[in-house]
Amino acid sequence: MIANLVQLAAEEEQNPLIPPGPELLVGTIAFAIVFFFFWKKLIPNINKVLEERREAIEGGIEKAEAAQTEAQSVLEQYKAQLAEARHEAARLRQEAQEQGAQLIAEMRAEGQRQREEIVAAGHAQIEADRKAAAQALRQDVGQLATELAGKLVGESLEEHARQSRTIDRFLDELDAKAEATR
Amino acid sequence: MSDNGCGFPAPGLHSFLFKPIFEVGGFEFNKVMLLALIATAVVVTFFYAAFGKAKMVPGKVQMIGEAGYDFVRRGIVYETMGKKEGEKYVPLMVSLFFFIWIMNIWSVIPLAQFPVSSVIAYPFVLAGIVYFVWVPLTFKRHGFVGGWKNITGYDNSLGPIKWLVAFIEFFSNLLVRPFTHAVRLFANMFAGHLMLVMFTVASWYLLNSWLIPAAGVSFVMTIAMIGFELFVQAVQAYVFVLLACSYIQGALAEHH
Repeated sequence: MIANLVQLAAEEEQNPLIPPGPELLVGTIAFAIVFFFFWKKLIPNINKVLEERREAIEGGIEKAEAAQTEAQSVLEQYKAQLAEARHEAARLRQEAQEQGAQLIAEMRAEGQRQREEIVAAGHAQIEADRKAAAQALRQDVGQLATELAGKLVGESLEEHARQSRTIDRFLDELDAKAEATR
Repeated sequence: MSDNGCGFPAPGLHSFLFKPIFEVGGFEFNKVMLLALIATAVVVTFFYAAFGKAKMVPGKVQMIGEAGYDFVRRGIVYETMGKKEGEKYVPLMVSLFFFIWIMNIWSVIPLAQFPVSSVIAYPFVLAGIVYFVWVPLTFKRHGFVGGWKNITGYDNSLGPIKWLVAFIEFFSNLLVRPFTHAVRLFANMFAGHLMLVMFTVASWYLLNSWLIPAAGVSFVMTIAMIGFELFVQAVQAYVFVLLACSYIQGALAEHH
């Protein structure tokens, strides 16, 4: 086939592998125009736009990242505040509890004190009453015993003041006996 | 050349020759040149519409343009050379890719129906430009001796065969490379165009003979070949640019 082609080429005096001069010139010019446009105008143009687009996209990403960071910091701040508030509330509650307990303790102590006072006052009163009653009783018993003894003896012993000493002595003995048995 | 008597107008080299549309002082302007210049106009117009007043929020045209631009920039240049070294060569590679692609696409556009890159002059110009980028770059990067070492793959660790390796590498890199680079594109488009013309002409020819069903087969083949060619056109533009990138990358790289 190649031999055939070469033969044909020879016949037509035109080898397809030998470039004709004018075609070379036109080819060079045609390509030079394309290359010149791409080189000087079109590729710088599109590269600039592509670069701008890339920057715009990266700028958008940066902006989003900044917003994200800010949101994060706000959230942390908020969380910190919340924790602080919780802590404060817990502290207040604790304090209130302590104060309440103290108050109750104080009131209890006060009540105890008042009760003891009242009891003590009652005891003193009873003691005083008892003493007064004992005193009155002693006199009455002495008188009654003297009267009774006078009636029994038949003569009045009342005038005999010295006899009162005997009565007193007797009563003292009674007292002493009472003391001993108590 | 088809003198077998049946009168079938077989396509051949004559399918790649055009009578000049007009002539200025011995300069013959033909259809292929016109298509090449229209390819330039198409690429420049489209990308001017897309990137001329580029916006942050792209319109439809800009979006398509950006997709194409990104495909070459990221998919080819950055992949082979890396972002740092490759950035400088993005304009060249983007121009090459879209110029070649449009030149190839003419193959299936009604009225044009001829791939500009099937005329060797056009791939040759482009391969030559790439060649004159990477060869000086090699010496600029590695110095005179280092540049030759880079091109020839000269390496003492290879022992006595290093001269053989150096000779083969010199031959394949410096002499054959621009030729294969251009011919790979040229031959693909050349063969593709031959096939398309063959099936198209055959459909028509067979329709006027007693083999009408064969005409149907041929027509289906024409459609299938158009689809296949659309694929090949894009692939060849891609391959050409990929090779250009790998040549430049090789020139920048340390000894391999």
